[in-house]
Amino acid sequence: MASVELTGLVKQYPNGVRGVDGVDLSIGDGEFFALLGPSGCGKTTLLRTLAGLEVATEGTIKIGDEDVTALPPGDRDIAMVFQDYALFPHMTVTDNIAYPLRIKRIRKAERVARATETAEGLSLGVLMERRPSQLSGGQQQRVALARAIACHPRVFLFDEPLSNLDARLRLEARTFLKKLQQSLGVTTVFVTHDQAEALAMADRMAVMEAGRIRQIGTPREVFQRPASTFVANFIGATPMNLIDGQVVSGRLDLGGFTLSVPPEFDVAEGDKIVYGLRPEYLSFAASAPASKDTVQGTVAAVENLGVNVLVAVDAGEHSLRAVVPEADEPEVGSTAWLTPAPGRALLYRGDDGELIGS
Amino acid sequence: MNFDFLSNPDYDILGAFWVTVQLTLLAAAGSMIWGTILAAMRVSPVPLMRGFGTAYVNIFRNTPLTLILIAMSVVLSNKLGLVLASKSSPTFIKDNNFRLAVLGLVIYTSTFVCESIRSGINTVPAGQAEAARAIGLRFSQVLWIVILPQALRSVVAPLASVLIALTKNTTVASAIGVAEASLLMSTMVENESDALLGVFSIFALGFVVLTLPTGLLLGWVANKATVKR
Repeated sequence: MASVELTGLVKQYPNGVRGVDGVDLSIGDGEFFALLGPSGCGKTTLLRTLAGLEVATEGTIKIGDEDVTALPPGDRDIAMVFQDYALFPHMTVTDNIAYPLRIKRIRKAERVARATETAEGLSLGVLMERRPSQLSGGQQQRVALARAIACHPRVFLFDEPLSNLDARLRLEARTFLKKLQQSLGVTTVFVTHDQAEALAMADRMAVMEAGRIRQIGTPREVFQRPASTFVANFIGATPMNLIDGQVVSGRLDLGGFTLSVPPEFDVAEGDKIVYGLRPEYLSFAASAPASKDTVQGTVAAVENLGVNVLVAVDAGEHSLRAVVPEADEPEVGSTAWLTPAPGRALLYRGDDGELIGS
Repeated sequence: MNFDFLSNPDYDILGAFWVTVQLTLLAAAGSMIWGTILAAMRVSPVPLMRGFGTAYVNIFRNTPLTLILIAMSVVLSNKLGLVLASKSSPTFIKDNNFRLAVLGLVIYTSTFVCESIRSGINTVPAGQAEAARAIGLRFSQVLWIVILPQALRSVVAPLASVLIALTKNTTVASAIGVAEASLLMSTMVENESDALLGVFSIFALGFVVLTLPTGLLLGWVANKATVKR
């Protein structure tokens, strides 16, 4: 078990593309850390560089107190779980789990004992003599996990290990993986493009874009105070309302309606801003509320989310989304009043999309 | 058709085919080993080895086998003095030519084995090599433990074609005087001009008897060996 320390890490490909572009990151001992971002943002490249499958162009990687930047993957004391599991199809489950131990020159009796013990822990006991092609997706994933766990590494690296499972199994596997990591206490770096997965599982997470880290924080911090419009757009099951506007006469002119400036944000008259508010924090009413800080519009569309409905309301030049309890589901075409929940709105600078005051 | 020649004790047809079988098996074993090594070179991360593998395959795959075998005898043995048998042995010339023929067949056939195996290596997903590297295997271990076992299973069928071609290519060894089936056939064609059709049929049949089961057996093995993913 160990902490992971990345300093000024760059991975540049021969064609000049920078997959990882100057990443500084410090992951604590035993932490479950998620790397989140859209496809092509460099999160997998970062993980592969950490694993030693890619050679860093610049910067250093430290695991514990040891500088591993120049070490081959086998000497880094890490274990990786791949998106497609990469089990060896010509070996049985036992051999798949025990093989890495053989490389580490552990005696056969102990190898088999460790493989069996790990497999039992993941309820793979009855499958030991099968080959990967005779296993279901969920079972293959657990074999891949067992292969990593049996190594007793200092760091686990997971490259989207849940994305090949079907939706229901993925939820089960998520809980399972989280519990497993907590009981093992091994530092884990987890790559995913699914923001819900990162929010649900990580102790802390980093949101990446174009090879750089845009924000690091706990899932709650990242969810509640996205540091930029990019992160705001990426995090959350329903996309955040982001409206371009300007400060006019001490109020926010958002094109067709105005709202008061949230008091915690320091803005000056004439500033261009982006107003951000999650659909969950926009309360919906079918009749005019008492509050002055409200937006009147017309219901344009209603999407069923199960317990809630996502209502799109056309107001001024914009379409605002609000999450409404199923009991209050409005008719399309009816008039609606939307009121922002106090203290939930965020203001971003109009030019670079960064959170004001952050 | 006239098959009277079959009773002539001078024509050791079975013996001649036995030489063909020996040539085939020895050359096949040698080609398999050398071809695998060549394939390993062609996928290796070392540029020098890759360069050697590529140059070797391109030179010997594109040279006629007859030329290679005659060069083995004339250039390697007569000019450069390569001797593969004991000179004091009464069967020196026969043994030496047979071994030169095996060597020549290996030099030539290994290029086809190499290319078959290399195509098999390309069917193994890149993730397999990465997973192997991530658990600490060196390049040679990745190749021998993870990649080749999967690659070889997928190339049994193309290797069967190479083996059948090799069986038939042994006839070229007659060019340097190896007493295999086709050399005997040439002799019989000269002596039995009234039974040409019979002579040709016997030898054609002999080769079919050798190659057909090879193809069927290896086809079955190919099915069995396929890696299920």
